[in-house]
Amino acid sequence: MCCLCNTKRAMCLLTCGQSIWVCLQEIMKWNGWGYSDSKFLYNKKGQAEFTGKRYRLSGMIIPGLREWMESTFGANLQHKTPAAPILNSSAVQPPTLNEAFLKELKSTGIPFSHDAEDRVFRSHGHCLHEIFALREGKIGRVPDLVVWPNCHNDVVKIVELACKHNVCLMPYGGGTSVSSALECPPEETRSIVSLDTSQMNRILWIDEKNLTAHVEAGIVGQDLERLLNESGYCTGHEPDSMEFSSLGGWVATRASGMKKNIYGNIEDLVVHIKMVTPQGVIEKSCQGPRMSTGPDVHHFIMGSEGTLGVVTEVTMKIRPMPEYQKYGSVVFPNFEMGVACLREVARQRCAPASIRLMDNEQFKFGHALKPQVSSIFTSFLDGLKKFYITKFKGFDPNRLCVATLLFEGDREKVLQHEKQVYDIAAKFGGLAAGEDNGQRGYMLTFVIAYLRDLGMDYYVIGESFETSVPWDRVLDICRNVKARIVRECKDKGVQFPPLSTCRVTQTYDAGACVYFYFAFNYRGLSDPVHVYEQVEHAAREEILANGGSLSHHHGVGKLRKEWMRETISSVGMGMLRSVKDYVDPNNIFGNRNLL
Amino acid sequence: MLWSYCHSGTRKSLFNINTRELSEVVVIGSTASLKDEEEFTDILEERRCTTDLGYALRTFNPQPYKGAPSSSTSDLKKAVLESQYLRYIIALETGSSVEKVRQEARGILEEMSHNLQLGFIRLMAYTVNKVFKRLFRSIYVNMEGLNMLQQAIQESPVILMPNHRSYVDFLIVSFILFTYDIPIPVIAAGIPLASMKVVGEILRRSGAFFIRRAIGSDKLYWAVLSEYVRTIVRTGCAPLEFYVEGFRSRTLKSVVPKLGMMDMVLEPYFKGEVFDITLVPISISYDRVVEESLLALELLGVPKPKESTTGLFKASRVLQEDYGCMHVNFGRPLSVRQLCEGKINRSEYNLIPRDLPQRPSTEIQDCVNWVAHLIVRTQEEGSLISPWSLMACLLLQAPITTLTEEGLQWHGLTEKTLWLRKLVLDFRGRLNWPDSDVMSSTVALHHSIVHHKAGRVCLVQDGDPASQDPLSPEEGVMRTAAAVLMLVSYRNQALHVFVRPGILATAIHITKSTQKDELFSFFCFLRDVFANEFIFIPGRASQDFDEACSLLQKCGAVHMSEQEVTVLETGLEVLSFLQKLLQPFLDSYQLIFRYLCENGAHVFTEKQFLPAVQNLATKLILSGDLHTFEVLSSDTQKNVLSALRRLEAVTKLRVNNNILSIADPYFFGKYIAIDVLLMTEIMNKRAL
Repeated sequence: MCCLCNTKRAMCLLTCGQSIWVCLQEIMKWNGWGYSDSKFLYNKKGQAEFTGKRYRLSGMIIPGLREWMESTFGANLQHKTPAAPILNSSAVQPPTLNEAFLKELKSTGIPFSHDAEDRVFRSHGHCLHEIFALREGKIGRVPDLVVWPNCHNDVVKIVELACKHNVCLMPYGGGTSVSSALECPPEETRSIVSLDTSQMNRILWIDEKNLTAHVEAGIVGQDLERLLNESGYCTGHEPDSMEFSSLGGWVATRASGMKKNIYGNIEDLVVHIKMVTPQGVIEKSCQGPRMSTGPDVHHFIMGSEGTLGVVTEVTMKIRPMPEYQKYGSVVFPNFEMGVACLREVARQRCAPASIRLMDNEQFKFGHALKPQVSSIFTSFLDGLKKFYITKFKGFDPNRLCVATLLFEGDREKVLQHEKQVYDIAAKFGGLAAGEDNGQRGYMLTFVIAYLRDLGMDYYVIGESFETSVPWDRVLDICRNVKARIVRECKDKGVQFPPLSTCRVTQTYDAGACVYFYFAFNYRGLSDPVHVYEQVEHAAREEILANGGSLSHHHGVGKLRKEWMRETISSVGMGMLRSVKDYVDPNNIFGNRNLL
Repeated sequence: MLWSYCHSGTRKSLFNINTRELSEVVVIGSTASLKDEEEFTDILEERRCTTDLGYALRTFNPQPYKGAPSSSTSDLKKAVLESQYLRYIIALETGSSVEKVRQEARGILEEMSHNLQLGFIRLMAYTVNKVFKRLFRSIYVNMEGLNMLQQAIQESPVILMPNHRSYVDFLIVSFILFTYDIPIPVIAAGIPLASMKVVGEILRRSGAFFIRRAIGSDKLYWAVLSEYVRTIVRTGCAPLEFYVEGFRSRTLKSVVPKLGMMDMVLEPYFKGEVFDITLVPISISYDRVVEESLLALELLGVPKPKESTTGLFKASRVLQEDYGCMHVNFGRPLSVRQLCEGKINRSEYNLIPRDLPQRPSTEIQDCVNWVAHLIVRTQEEGSLISPWSLMACLLLQAPITTLTEEGLQWHGLTEKTLWLRKLVLDFRGRLNWPDSDVMSSTVALHHSIVHHKAGRVCLVQDGDPASQDPLSPEEGVMRTAAAVLMLVSYRNQALHVFVRPGILATAIHITKSTQKDELFSFFCFLRDVFANEFIFIPGRASQDFDEACSLLQKCGAVHMSEQEVTVLETGLEVLSFLQKLLQPFLDSYQLIFRYLCENGAHVFTEKQFLPAVQNLATKLILSGDLHTFEVLSSDTQKNVLSALRRLEAVTKLRVNNNILSIADPYFFGKYIAIDVLLMTEIMNKRAL
């Protein structure tokens, strides 16, 4: 098992002092998403079930899922594609170690490991091709060494040593990247050291007068939120990956949270950043809320994707925990009306903490994930609701779509706000569809990633990708990208129609963020991952041709690098390049993301 | 569960063709024509067995484009008037109040709009059915194409793009689609049709919308029109039908496509407003064109009668005649997305609101031009060549006096026609070759042009036999020209099969070279000069050359090696036929070049030019120095001027007055010398 956990745990606990630390690696899957104990499976009766105890859905039977999977993908319980159960260490290349570096590293006392499992765990993010390869037991280039710095100073030491011995460093936070950012460049000949920030997970101080908190960058989202909650605060930053992704990762990729309408995206939340680079430490001299001191150096750091250094400490805005939270949902007769409503909400700048619009396919998907209802009464109510919407209101079940809402604040204001939003929705034919539907929508966010693993057990592969786009293009881009996916699948010989669906997940003054989900049954294909990648590539081309951005918050990594030049112009590339050349002339931070 | 749309085999083939295959389609053309013929179904046959009324009242329940909301014509007009684009243009119009301009826009839209109503479609179907049954023996339609169309219409907005050879075909597509339960198209028509009493309104309600002829720089009109067209495409509310050639071809030869409509139609794709657009080229071929005699007169400068309802009734005597068969060949639907792949970068629209008028980049313009040419070429390849066209080719190669006086030997003509038939098949042309008694029935059908008697065929010359006054020699030339030009029109129907090998044959004939590269550069030169005369897809000179080479080789006319093209003894007949086929064009161009050069004037108007050329040509014909009547055709004259403007030998000074000027006398001088030997020299110079 995890080398650090077994052999160095005592030492870690000693050096960590305060201990909220859990070794995530120990309780997480090595070849899939999330916690080992939580997964979808088909039980002996052939019913879908979500295991574990961590989620609202945990331990429940999901009666509709099987039929949905069979009818959507043409999947079949008889056709299984199980994953390799355990990591075969012999498939992992022996580490290329830089002895001199190792020797000096040992003298610093910073924990490290070159155990195969530790290295493989940090060799990937969650792109489809990465997980697919792991499930097949195929291991490519992996880091040669993992180090666990415990604090800022440890990082300074490691970076100094790396520079001295010309070792390649790759910062590793939560490992939730979906841009091939964690993939080791195969052409890298130096020893690659994965710098795991997970031990740097403390809140160093909370400043209640200024409402800021100074936090080590390795902390993962759920811990940060839980710890702040204990003091009555929150950051409000809730990316979908918040269970596992880290503060440093958010900064490095320009993350966006579900509730950005109230709290802002990471660039709005950050007050101060400390980053260790080969040239030394970069940080600002004060914590002024805004400065006019030339281009904001924070913006060289945010989105640098680990190419310039390691973010070690961040001062972030915090807010008192909201007094009241309320979920909600609205059903629209069609997607067009839904988008028009979101646009109007944005125009009036009255977006709730979160507002998301799912298209019809996702609505159906959400429906399929309804757990078994315990009472006849609930099922009766559900039936009644369905009757009301489809028969009485005349909504076409194959066209209607649903928006999920989350309101936060003090009770009175929430209720007022809620009314305002529902009134706007009514103008676009929207019908309030209850809190429960809303809440389930958000819960889906966290379990959907688990679902991919289930799909992969039955020949279904897929992934999501996102973009941001001006308002007037939203409908066009949704239609065109979805249609492109369908056509590309057909052209590439996919035997079954794919799931090609989208949702609008964020609203801005001038546009929106759109998320696409794409999955297909790959039976009959000899190289499904290649087909998948070709389709995703085509979909991205389509996004760009339709005025969408290269990424809203996933980042570029290595997956989307080829489009950087056309995205930011040659001069823009030159600017970024020259920063890299100055900060890291020897390419110590050699993950080769972005540029 | 399989792809829900895989159930139809044709569907799959629809979009699985990649651009490469597509270009092969263009190069290679149709497959064996015999097989194709079998696929055509006579749709009149069934009509003759049922009552017209019953047919007109049949249930009509087409499957529309799946993304299209059901919208009425008033919704369409409203959408156009309220569009951001139009609001922007209206705001730009200065000089009068916004309300006034809006009112004007509304007026334009009212004048333009179609008002498609099923009731009128039924009326139209009833009438058209009656008329067509009278005019034609059969109307053949390829069912395969219709099936593909039916599928395509559900997938994306469809643009129907027929060629236009006769007024008769204006409603033929609607008629067929009504018969086969496919959504009725809205059709772009010229405004004169709208002003016809009653008929104009019937056409409007049958789906026609009307476009003014000379729009010029009327920005508001352009804006309303383009927004109207784009809205139709964007919403996919109905298939859109328009003639990419811009107008009815008076010569029955394909016309170089006009780009205005094409541009409007494609823009929603370029701007990402639709996922894809499907273009369906439709080739309509006639055994005999209803207005054949009018066409020739028009070309000679006798103005065409104004479209009027009374005129239409007068024309009803044409109903007494037999016009043989009509073939409507629905081409394979083409995906605009696939056609444009790699040719354009749609992100050029990312930085300016799409509602604002924006001049498309040259990349986009070139692409539109390319697509338009491709469509016309595809129409050509889809059209069926009748035995009569082949005969016309041959008749025109006989000396004119033979034709008008003693006549051509029937036996020789039929034999040569059969020879030509084989050549067409070698060149992969599509033939319409009925099984029995082809030759004499063909000649009988065209009794207005030729006369077959006592084993000889001669040209019928129109004239008033009652009048005893002898014609002046000039009048005689015109009289013969009218008859010859009718023949020319039918020859033109077959021309597209012969053009490429014909140009190569001409190049061989003129240069007397066997060097492939020399021939190629001369081929390109001719292709360039005649680009207004024949349809060449831009940027495909070398493919055209290769095609020409392989066809000539296939029919045994030449032998090809890596570097050389050698004429074979057996190929002389073919080469001489091809070279003679194009000779009238060379002669005509040469004459006009010479006229322009020797005339001395460097500035002239189009109004002076046309009669002057006609006069000169008449003189030369009378003196026996000119052997073609085709230069008398205003179409040829206009094509030459367009070619010269394209080659920048002539420029148009003021658009309003149609004043043209010789731009560069020196440059122009080179072109005048399109003389057999000098041309080679020019080529050599150019090559340097």
